[in-house]
Amino acid sequence: MTIQKTKTAKQRWLDDVYGAATKKHPERKTRFSTLSDEVIEPIYTADDLEGFDVDRDLGFPGEFPYTRGVQPSMYRGRLWTMRQFAGFGSAADTNERFHYLLKHGVDGLSVAFDMPTLMGRDSDDPLSRGEVGREGVAVDTLRDMEILFDRIPVDRVTTSMTINGPASIVWAMYLAAAEKRGIPLDRLGGTIQNDALKEYIAQREWIVPVKPAMGLVVDTFRYGSREVPRWNTISISGYHIREAGATALQELAFTLIDGLEYVKWGVAAGLDVNDFVPHLSFFFDVHNDFFEEIAKFRAARRIWAREIERRYHPTNERALLMRTHAQTAGVSLTAQQPYNNVVRVTLQALAAVLGGTQSLHTNSLDETYALPTEEAVTLALRTQQVIAHESGVADTIDPLAGSYYLESLTQRMERGFERYLGEIEKMGGMVEAVERGYPQREITEASFHFQQQVEEGEKIVVGINKYATSEEAPIPTLAIDPEVEQKQIARLAETRQTRDSGRWNESIDALRHAAKRGDELMPRFVECARANASVGEQVRVLKEVFGEYHDPGYF
Amino acid sequence: MAKAGLDGHDRGAKVVARALRDAGMEVIYTGVHQTPEQVVETALQEDADAIGLSLLSGAHNYIFPRVSELMKEKGLDDVLLFGGGIIPEADWPGLSKVGVERVFPPGASLEEITKYVREAVPRRRGVAARG
Repeated sequence: MTIQKTKTAKQRWLDDVYGAATKKHPERKTRFSTLSDEVIEPIYTADDLEGFDVDRDLGFPGEFPYTRGVQPSMYRGRLWTMRQFAGFGSAADTNERFHYLLKHGVDGLSVAFDMPTLMGRDSDDPLSRGEVGREGVAVDTLRDMEILFDRIPVDRVTTSMTINGPASIVWAMYLAAAEKRGIPLDRLGGTIQNDALKEYIAQREWIVPVKPAMGLVVDTFRYGSREVPRWNTISISGYHIREAGATALQELAFTLIDGLEYVKWGVAAGLDVNDFVPHLSFFFDVHNDFFEEIAKFRAARRIWAREIERRYHPTNERALLMRTHAQTAGVSLTAQQPYNNVVRVTLQALAAVLGGTQSLHTNSLDETYALPTEEAVTLALRTQQVIAHESGVADTIDPLAGSYYLESLTQRMERGFERYLGEIEKMGGMVEAVERGYPQREITEASFHFQQQVEEGEKIVVGINKYATSEEAPIPTLAIDPEVEQKQIARLAETRQTRDSGRWNESIDALRHAAKRGDELMPRFVECARANASVGEQVRVLKEVFGEYHDPGYF
Repeated sequence: MAKAGLDGHDRGAKVVARALRDAGMEVIYTGVHQTPEQVVETALQEDADAIGLSLLSGAHNYIFPRVSELMKEKGLDDVLLFGGGIIPEADWPGLSKVGVERVFPPGASLEEITKYVREAVPRRRGVAARG
């Protein structure tokens, strides 16, 4: 049937059949829209895909433009990496959780650091009061890193580290810890998040202003491609942008435009696209709207491949691959009726898998209350295992391709991306847009709009604005040992007393000197780690040389 | 509206700030990473009627009492202190004792918060005046 015939046939059905039926029995709503408030039509047919070319826009898995997946055999070859984010209390507490997770079948580790570490402050800093070991694990020096990875085969298990402002410093500690165990750097695999731009856009864990932060990121690109070839030196993250209230489209667009900005800065610093771009990885949220989320992942792969190809024509095909981690949407979890969260997580995880993610973290049902208990984490992991081994969705590649609705959403994402790219390029790129507060304001608007829709009942949150119950039985939650803070401060004091102060002094001076001259910093951070310099001591040097960043407080 | 400590989760604080502003109130938002001293200083400088403190980092049992203590030191007895974020219900009574009048958990509506601020500010002033 030609498009014209489809159009005519659809119009007839809309007028005669659908129109008559809905006149008699009105629909549930006068307007249907996705979670991101994009209008949804009653039906999608071939004419909604005008301009869609199967060969050009879909292709095959492992081939340009990678809409159907980055690997030729996808999950038939190897399932996605089940990687559960974990960290709480002391390094020893978290090490124990890592061993527990590995025993239960996770195949990659992912470290959650506490707020002081994320902000580059030591455990004994006055601003760290009350926060040590609360939201993640406290790491001050190499000693903590060694305890954290004690008896973990880091040459076989890959490690992802959610750390941004002080990413280079913490990564250097990981490398120095491996070095002490005699493991060569080229055997280490993993990821540091290291995504400075989204800190200013959404996550707010910065240490220095935007431009010097970009310099630090590029420094890790250079060092990583040369010394730690199996490492992803950045995980360009939409997750936090989405959690801050962005729509699916804003998440996709701002993240990919961040990615293009990093590539631009890398190229300007003289790096070869073929060397460093293959080490850039991505990280997306996976939220409640099933099809919209799947479309987001598929569109992201296609856009990235096209943009990198169009701009740089890399000879290394791996530079075109948008490889991503996914995490279910923390913000979708409810404190009320917490067991409902298991169902939300299952649907979100299913969307991530149908979207073709490379690794996945599933949230635990109790995370609106506290960091998860062992039981809750196990259930979250089992959710992935059931999808992988029982549902059958992993047994063929990109099974939803060709769905009129899904392909239409995927195309709509791509067009929406182009609009945002145009806006941001007009401003001179993402660094300038961030300095003007553009993405920040767009996100605040979107989150406010969504909250209004919830309050007006246009968007339903089960257990909140519909089907709410008054009496609820409490669920077990994880308590953090209140002694952690004092113990951590004591260990840091002991490290300061027992370390070789001459070597410490030299390493800190060398770092300051290199930062002032604009020399490569990663080798300096590794030497600081070896000399047992703390995260806070190194960050202080960076702030002294590059200045500090303060929240402009846009709302 | 204030964010104190190292906590960067500001979605809720900004949405509430926006809702209060839309409801006709004058809202000053501190931005993230303020010390309790800075929060109280801002309230003093701006002559605030209420301080809404958002915390999702688990440091509420330290930061709320500290803010409250500083408010007393600075003579801000007629200023309302309320909060929101990830704060377990078990901790509410303790916070109430140190002067946190109300805690809004995740899922609280903007309408509820706006209505509360509207009623609680004059009530607080009345209590302070009588006291």
